[in-house]
Amino acid sequence: MADLEAFRTETRSWLEANCPPEMREPVRGEDDIYWGGRRATFKNDAQKAWLEACVAKGYTVPMWPKEYGGAGLSPAEAKVLREEMGRINARPPLSSFGIWMLGPALLHFGTEGQKQRFLNEIARGEIRWCQGYSEPGSGSDLVSLQTFGEDKGDHWVVNGQKIWTSYADQADWIFCLVRTDKTDKYQGITFMLFDMASEGVTTKPIKLISGSSPFCETFFDNVAVPKSYGDDCPAYVGTINRGWDVAKYLLGHEREMISGADGGERAAAIGAAMKRHAAKTGDDIDPVLRAELAMFDVDAMAYAAMGEKFLDEIKVGKAHPAQPNMMKYAGTELNKRRHELVMAVGGSRALEWESEATENGKPSKAWLRTKANSIEGGTSEVMLNVIAKRILDLPGA
Amino acid sequence: MPLYHNEDQAMLADTARGFIAEEGNIAKQLRHWRDRNCKDGFGHGLWKQMAEMGFTGMLVEEADGGLGMGHVEAGIVLEEIGRNLTPSPFLTSSVLAATALKHGSDDLRGRYLPGLIAGDSVAAVAIDETAKHRPERITTRAEKSGNGFKLSGAKSFVIQGASADMIVVAARTSGSDEDADGITLFAVPKDASGMSHDAVRLVDSSMATHTKFDGVELDGDTVIGEVDGGRAVLDAMLLAGRVGAAAEGVGVARGAMDMTVDYLKQRKQFGKLIGEFQALQHRASHLYSEVEIARAVTIKAQQLLDAGSVNAELMASVAKAKVAKTARLAVQEGVQMHGGIGMTDEYDIGLYMKRDRALAEFLGDAYYHANRVAELSGY
Repeated sequence: MADLEAFRTETRSWLEANCPPEMREPVRGEDDIYWGGRRATFKNDAQKAWLEACVAKGYTVPMWPKEYGGAGLSPAEAKVLREEMGRINARPPLSSFGIWMLGPALLHFGTEGQKQRFLNEIARGEIRWCQGYSEPGSGSDLVSLQTFGEDKGDHWVVNGQKIWTSYADQADWIFCLVRTDKTDKYQGITFMLFDMASEGVTTKPIKLISGSSPFCETFFDNVAVPKSYGDDCPAYVGTINRGWDVAKYLLGHEREMISGADGGERAAAIGAAMKRHAAKTGDDIDPVLRAELAMFDVDAMAYAAMGEKFLDEIKVGKAHPAQPNMMKYAGTELNKRRHELVMAVGGSRALEWESEATENGKPSKAWLRTKANSIEGGTSEVMLNVIAKRILDLPGA
Repeated sequence: MPLYHNEDQAMLADTARGFIAEEGNIAKQLRHWRDRNCKDGFGHGLWKQMAEMGFTGMLVEEADGGLGMGHVEAGIVLEEIGRNLTPSPFLTSSVLAATALKHGSDDLRGRYLPGLIAGDSVAAVAIDETAKHRPERITTRAEKSGNGFKLSGAKSFVIQGASADMIVVAARTSGSDEDADGITLFAVPKDASGMSHDAVRLVDSSMATHTKFDGVELDGDTVIGEVDGGRAVLDAMLLAGRVGAAAEGVGVARGAMDMTVDYLKQRKQFGKLIGEFQALQHRASHLYSEVEIARAVTIKAQQLLDAGSVNAELMASVAKAKVAKTARLAVQEGVQMHGGIGMTDEYDIGLYMKRDRALAEFLGDAYYHANRVAELSGY
């Protein structure tokens, strides 16, 4: 405990010295988030300085081992770092699917050569990754995917289409589920890694109801994927034809991430803020709406406690392995309810799609965005199926 | 502190689970006493056994002969009591009254704690005056009279009031009905003259009283804490009781859920186990999520209370409200998924529905506590 307090003091002064004041302001727009990659540009010098300081310290990926670009922090130390960053509202220096998804998969299944190369690139923000999972005919039933890699000896020729590929148009590389054996549904998929600049890869952004285009359709037309990128660095994670194991492992991570289990605004109460907001526009909160806000706050604060418990239990291996599904289900349903209430309190002002007061429709766009929470990364219905089968052990589930 | 039980607490949970499942189960306790129309609504033998297990004095300081444990530990026992619908004075005596007595004089603690810890006596609490929990308003009055007080008024929903050797009564000694100050808590002995009980059996087979105080003469030494300063004692007692009731409610919810999930794996219709139907699977999975969340926030409230955190009050109301809603869902889904037999007295699931109703009402229902969450949050 004394060590942890020493670490806290040290972290506090490091942050004080290295986190520029601009990086302690709330994130206001997409360009306030630094995603890294070959084509990334910094919004300002502060963003660049903050990234470089964190890269040097290993704080873009604090819990990863030092040899792969991390700081080798223990879970308790990482919690202290999170708390101290939260205390000064420090922005994350780098956001990426490499950090959240591919990284954990490589740490678990990767070869030493893959870890040395890919994890360091991710930690430094050099390569931006995207995830190629869903296909037009394979959403909830992901394992039915059809994108096919034909074996040509030292390489595959990949043909097919992915959909809902987040930021594919801005990504450098893709981690992609590709069928390599048509005779075996579960043991016929390979978890491939390849360059989005390869010939035959095209992307097409999809415009959503919120007006933004975070997702793409991604097409593969005779894309040649080498089986190896050098010594001890295969182009696939795990074993050929056993990519489903990696995908399932990663889905757990993704569900945990989407669940908002680590607190933050998803688990926060909103009633008091809504009252202040209404006062600003000269409105009163209707008693029935107040009652709904109160019931929501009860659920939100209870869910925050669940998030804390879940993370505590994960640290010591006490959590049920299927528990991320429960967290994802409850967390996303809660977030949808939150934004319904925010819209209700906002009234006609919140409907403004193009106006200065709403910074061009921030409340309504955020509200619409939440509707994807219970679809992406496995729908609420799929989560309930998994709970029924793996936790409640119900028959035929 | 991590939000799960440490090793000692996990051991206590194993012990409590085994003991209460064996001795406090529905057939041995709830049905046994109910079917004999027991006027106490609980068994004194089990209360004595709970004392032997060390449960009765868990929250009592070691200096007073107790175990000096916290609300996480009391919650462990209460969850098992809830799971088995075990009728017992544990919540009212060992949690509420024991918490009030912490603020009492050496003399009062010496008078009541040994019997309570030994399982020889029980205590009750008299707070509510109307059909809904509203401790902010107290109209029962205690006027100065000689060296003591004269108590007049009426209380209701006094759980096990007619069986209690002592009743903790919240009364007004100054100010008007709605004032926060001017409250005094009294330890009223069962033989106090002028106190009368109208005992009623509740829907869950527990016993409660409407208790009248008709100029009850009380010595000055029956005051718990300070005269006119009883609000703090009352609040501490309510806080402990609400967190305890939440823990018991978690047990009720888990008991009903487990019984229902088991049933889904046994009952066949249309040539299939009904647990194979996705319509029921999804409802069971949703219930599981809610129960997990309710349990987490209850442990959170227990830990905050044990740590003396300023957030304990808010989290206690969050927990009480969340558990009330969740246990309600559990018993309703339970009866519905059991179908026709869920409506029969022979099956236990209906007993869970009845217990939930009474327990949720005790010390404030989900509406009361959600409103309190709003107030404490500033809206």
